Amino acid sequence: MVTSTLLVKIVGALVFLILAPVLGCLLAGVDRRITARMQHRVGPPLLQPYYDVRKLLAKEDASTNPVERIYIFMYLIFIIAAGCLFFSGGNFLLVVFILTLATLFLIVAAFSSRSPYAEIGASREILQVMSYEPMVLLVAVGFYMVTGTFDTAGIVSGTNPVVCYLPLLFLGFVYILTIKLRKSPFDLSMSHHAHQEIVKGITTEMSGKTLAIVEVSHWYENILFLGWVALFLAWGSWIGVVVAIVLTLLIYLLEIFIDNNFARVKWQAMLTSSWWIALVAGAINLATIPFIMNLF
Amino acid sequence: MSYTSKSPWIIHYDASSCNGCDIEVLACLTPLYDVERFGIINTGNPKHADVFLVTGSVNEQNVSVIRQIYDQMLEPKVVIACGVCATTGNIFRECYNTLGGVDLAIPVDVYAPGCAVRPEAIIDAVVKGLAVLEKKRADLDANRGKITASTEE
Ligand code: SF4
Repeated sequence: MVTSTLLVKIVGALVFLILAPVLGCLLAGVDRRITARMQHRVGPPLLQPYYDVRKLLAKEDASTNPVERIYIFMYLIFIIAAGCLFFSGGNFLLVVFILTLATLFLIVAAFSSRSPYAEIGASREILQVMSYEPMVLLVAVGFYMVTGTFDTAGIVSGTNPVVCYLPLLFLGFVYILTIKLRKSPFDLSMSHHAHQEIVKGITTEMSGKTLAIVEVSHWYENILFLGWVALFLAWGSWIGVVVAIVLTLLIYLLEIFIDNNFARVKWQAMLTSSWWIALVAGAINLATIPFIMNLF
Repeated sequence: MSYTSKSPWIIHYDASSCNGCDIEVLACLTPLYDVERFGIINTGNPKHADVFLVTGSVNEQNVSVIRQIYDQMLEPKVVIACGVCATTGNIFRECYNTLGGVDLAIPVDVYAPGCAVRPEAIIDAVVKGLAVLEKKRADLDANRGKITASTEE
């Protein structure tokens, strides 16, 4: 029994390690095509994100300083670590903290270039972390109060999806998901759209292979975030998993829609709105959990 | 064809254009021409870009800026002069402050004539530039092999 659970854990981690970049790349390609269709354009080929990364890898090797690529590499490594832990049924709280550490490496990499553009991007990234972190921690608390465990394997194995008990926290989480996915109106630190005001924010000074690693990290990261959404929606059966995947993709579609329909907000609006939502949704939802639990 | 020519990212610089050519460059990004079909993205960042589009003639004030942008771009890179101003200096050629075409400041790979240059001509020039980009990448790879071989000896 012990070996079989260990096996399941290892398989979960390996599946993330190998499949996440493939799915993340396809997701990015689909995202760009849907975005183009929403703007009445044809859009790039589906595999365009893959072509971009291959091109970046073939570029001349250059870096503003010797440590930048090491920091970016650590960013990738810690995202992979967080994802493997998450998909092997590990501790959700630990996943959150590892991911914050990964983001810190990205911020330090941007600061290490000493370029004003990269520093503005890095400062904005810090603001983004400050905006979403309270909500994420409240979500972790909510999971614990409902299921009595922080382990993702335990959270999804109930008879009802957790979202039944945490509807407000789920809505709040979808709100900050826009920040986490760096989508407009919250794409302050780095935008995926062409030619922005502070041109590429946190990645301004990164080029060639370093930028390629950032892109691959985003593929991993996006799959991990969608996994978080699915954690709310899945329950302990095969149907539960399938329903969760379908609903998660619909939520991603909603994010693309939001991305294309809202102009970027100032950081003040991002910070205050996400804190208020976290406070109100979190407080009401956490306080009413005992009553909601009685309903089911 | 390698991946280099499947994802040419562009930086556009207005040297001293009358804005006629600039508007045509931006027109390429609109739904009508939609250059993102070819993976082309307007990055606005020399460190991310592969293709340097210059509109307008070079003058004493901006020649250093053009060289700076060019130097910040990583190999392989191509330069495309968009419009007659960028290719020769056009009617501003004789002005006291104008140097002339962009090729007086940096090496130009493709010239796209027209006043203003048409979006079709720009797209055509970028496609021509891709062949140059491909060749430069092959040279870069060959040199890379040479360098590692010599260090191994
Ligand atoms: S080529 Fe003509 S349209 Fe273009 S910048 Fe020169 S004068 Fe303006």
